[in-house]
Amino acid sequence: MNNLPTISHLQIVPDEYRKAPNAQDVATLIEIKNLSLNIDQQAIFSNISIPIYSKHINVLIGPSGCGKSSLLNAIIRLTDFTKDAHLQGEILVANKNILNPNCNLIELRKKVAMIFQKPTPFPMSIYKNFEIPLKEHGVKNKIDIAAKMQSALKSVGLWKEVKDRLNKNALSLSGGQQQRLCIARALTLAPAALLLDEPCSALDPISSQIIEELLLELKQKYTILVVTHNLSQAKRIADYVAFMWYVNQCGRLVEHNEAAIIFNKPSNPLTSAYVQGVTG
Amino acid sequence: MPPRCIDNLFLRFIQLVSLVSIVSLLFIIFFLVKESYLIVQEKPILTVFTDPAWHPLDGQFLLLPMMVGSLLIMLGAMLIALPIGLLTAILCRYYAPRWFATIIQRLMEVFAGIPAVVYGFWGVMVIVPAIAAWQAPGTSLLAGILVLTFIVTPGVTIISYHNLSQVNQTLLHSAIALGLSRYNIIRHIIFPEVKHGLITATTLQSGRAIGETLAVLMVCGNVVQLPGSVFEPIRTLTSNIALEMAYAMDTHRSALFLSGLLLLLIVLVLAFIAESMQKPKAESQ
Amino acid sequence: MKLPSNYNPADILLAGFSWLSGLLVLLCFGYLFADIFSNGYAHLDWQFITTAPENAGRDGGIAPMIISTTILLFFALLFSLPIGIFSAIYLAEYTSYEHRFARLLRYALNTLAAVPSIVMGMFGFAFFVIILQIGFSLLAGALTLAIMILPLLIRNIEDSLRNIPHTYRLNAAALGLSQVRTIFQILLPMAKHGIAMAVVLSVGRAMAETAALLFTAGYVMRMPDSLMDSGRSLSVHIFDLSMNVPGGEKAAYATTIVLLFSILIINAATVLLSNQITRRSPM
Ligand SMILES: Nc1ncnc2c1ncn2[C@@H]1O[C@H](COP(=O)(O)OP(=O)(O)OP(=O)(O)O)[C@@H](O)[C@H]1O
Ligand SMILES: [Mg+2]
Repeated sequence: MNNLPTISHLQIVPDEYRKAPNAQDVATLIEIKNLSLNIDQQAIFSNISIPIYSKHINVLIGPSGCGKSSLLNAIIRLTDFTKDAHLQGEILVANKNILNPNCNLIELRKKVAMIFQKPTPFPMSIYKNFEIPLKEHGVKNKIDIAAKMQSALKSVGLWKEVKDRLNKNALSLSGGQQQRLCIARALTLAPAALLLDEPCSALDPISSQIIEELLLELKQKYTILVVTHNLSQAKRIADYVAFMWYVNQCGRLVEHNEAAIIFNKPSNPLTSAYVQGVTG
Repeated sequence: MPPRCIDNLFLRFIQLVSLVSIVSLLFIIFFLVKESYLIVQEKPILTVFTDPAWHPLDGQFLLLPMMVGSLLIMLGAMLIALPIGLLTAILCRYYAPRWFATIIQRLMEVFAGIPAVVYGFWGVMVIVPAIAAWQAPGTSLLAGILVLTFIVTPGVTIISYHNLSQVNQTLLHSAIALGLSRYNIIRHIIFPEVKHGLITATTLQSGRAIGETLAVLMVCGNVVQLPGSVFEPIRTLTSNIALEMAYAMDTHRSALFLSGLLLLLIVLVLAFIAESMQKPKAESQ
Repeated sequence: MKLPSNYNPADILLAGFSWLSGLLVLLCFGYLFADIFSNGYAHLDWQFITTAPENAGRDGGIAPMIISTTILLFFALLFSLPIGIFSAIYLAEYTSYEHRFARLLRYALNTLAAVPSIVMGMFGFAFFVIILQIGFSLLAGALTLAIMILPLLIRNIEDSLRNIPHTYRLNAAALGLSQVRTIFQILLPMAKHGIAMAVVLSVGRAMAETAALLFTAGYVMRMPDSLMDSGRSLSVHIFDLSMNVPGGEKAAYATTIVLLFSILIINAATVLLSNQITRRSPM
């Protein structure tokens, strides 16, 4: 820990929203602009500006507690569930500011799906796990439900494993299968973006690898934002990387750029220390 | 209808439903007050202490003996049940082998759920004759205390045990590591920890005890008097209501409602004491 | 938890007294159980359960009381379970512990739980029987019981809802589920064992109730024709036999066994359910 750069070394530049130099004409689906979160007067993160590039894998890295999960939660307004949480700034999803008080949250959450760190299928049958959200979003017909479920399960490579046990409790699946079930469940709603909060941290290396391959495949169609603590995983899958750190308990964005630049010649000394595994 | 509207409607709806509990409570208090109003209108409220006797049909409303009866019977039962329950809990937690402790625990859970009227009936069949064989008439303050003891002991044991098992494990480990003897650990480490919880529980159980009606009515003899000894019959506030409610009219009825209100007040004061006793523990955590 | 056993006089004294009271408790309650069973066993048979009482209850059976008790329990639950579930949802899903209305509600529930049953009976008598003119009836009894079990129901259901990990609510929201759907299709099914437990506990409480029923449901022994008919519960029957019917002891003993047996079943159900809940809880 002695090599930790002190606060005085920190030059946290990107307070302004700007795209990576080589990505000027890559489309963005989500634009986070000057976003700050306070919970009960305490700043959790402040002044974060990150473009999330369409149909790419955007990775968010940083030490524990710097506000990565909170940032993900903010994007689909799950922060509303936290008492006294206040968001400031702008989050544009498809050019609409979702912090607007009369934003339709259900539409937003249909458009942007989120996968949590711990696999959390609902403790009921696999089929029900798909039926409930699909019915909410207007798919009432059993045949349609079954078809959507099947194609989602196929796209996460789970169909063969579960097709004979759709009426079994989803908790009877292995951790890796549960996580893929959660991804499939999210995909049935035809989202444009997937947010994944440390999707592999509760999984063994083989399951992790399956999920990584899945993400690489899914990025053809979806905009993906992943939080991970696993730097080698980030190196394997990331197209763009945002690196966060905390200053006085408050999360700040340090650097955001193409993965190759962040991992090979980052502009901030803190980033280079972190990605070389010296700190964090 | 958009989901957001349904959500809002639902919230309004369950807020409304939640009011039922509050309204019920207000209704109960309102009716007790309303029905007791008649007697308070006609006579000063201290009547219940100063009238010569309880002759409601002649306009004499001395409730004092019933209050004393209720208090004596409650105190008597708590005085027996508290040490026995606490010691039994200590036995289960620290002395007895596991299987024995489990048997007692399960038994106490079962007995805590048994209707009080069963204890009352058993009191009539077994306890009263036993006392009568010793000192007539048998139906007496003592019989009431014993039956009530049977009723509250399971609860006291369960709550004591629960309090004992809440004691911080690391605290116990460090006490053991200090080489303290078992007695000293229980007396000086555990007891101060659970004291507040026990007082709270005891106060709540006392509320139960004073509100108990039929079981007590069945074995106490129900003579309105200040008892000269534990072998004399007594009448409690609750029995008084149960015995006379069916035919009481006008001021008599009103006097009974007044005693009901009094009971409610006693129980609420006890509940309030119980709650305020809990506070210091919450702060120390 | 075992403490080190180093014997000294104080310890031996405490151990002695503990064993004494433990054995005393075992003996007394054991004796009570044994006495009731040995006395009631002979009188208890299939006929006793299925026939109507004769001769003020000395002979015949207790079928009408079993029916009345069942009706009382069923309708008490019918009235208070929906209110209980909705109130619990409100407390657990929409309010924090500090919320003002929630605190008021909790305070009212605690108070309601402390109201002595005879006082509840007086209220039921004054309000349901007289003012609402329902008369001595199963309906009045069930309504009174419903108010009595409400606090128990709400507290237990609220606890079981609060025990569901928060992630499930976040997950449901992230899938774009509305709050109503989350509650009814995800949270309530997850809390089903807790709700069952709340029901079982309340049934136990309601079944043990006597004083509140005397002045509401009344104590007519006949088989009730309708909800508006007076009906005698098992507990009231025991009370009446032992107080007002000389020679009714045998029947009272047998009725007690029936009541105890139902309570035992309820206890077993509680234990089973709480095992279910603890087994599933670390979801
Ligand atoms: N509900 C809350 N109330 C108060 N503080 C909170 C709340 N949720 C999160 N925090 C605080 O916000 C900060 C950021 O938390 P967050 O979970 O976003 O970190 P993280 O970067 O995801 O960490 P990890 O890598 O360990 O998951 C932490 O200091 C945490 O204590
Ligand atoms: Mg996190």
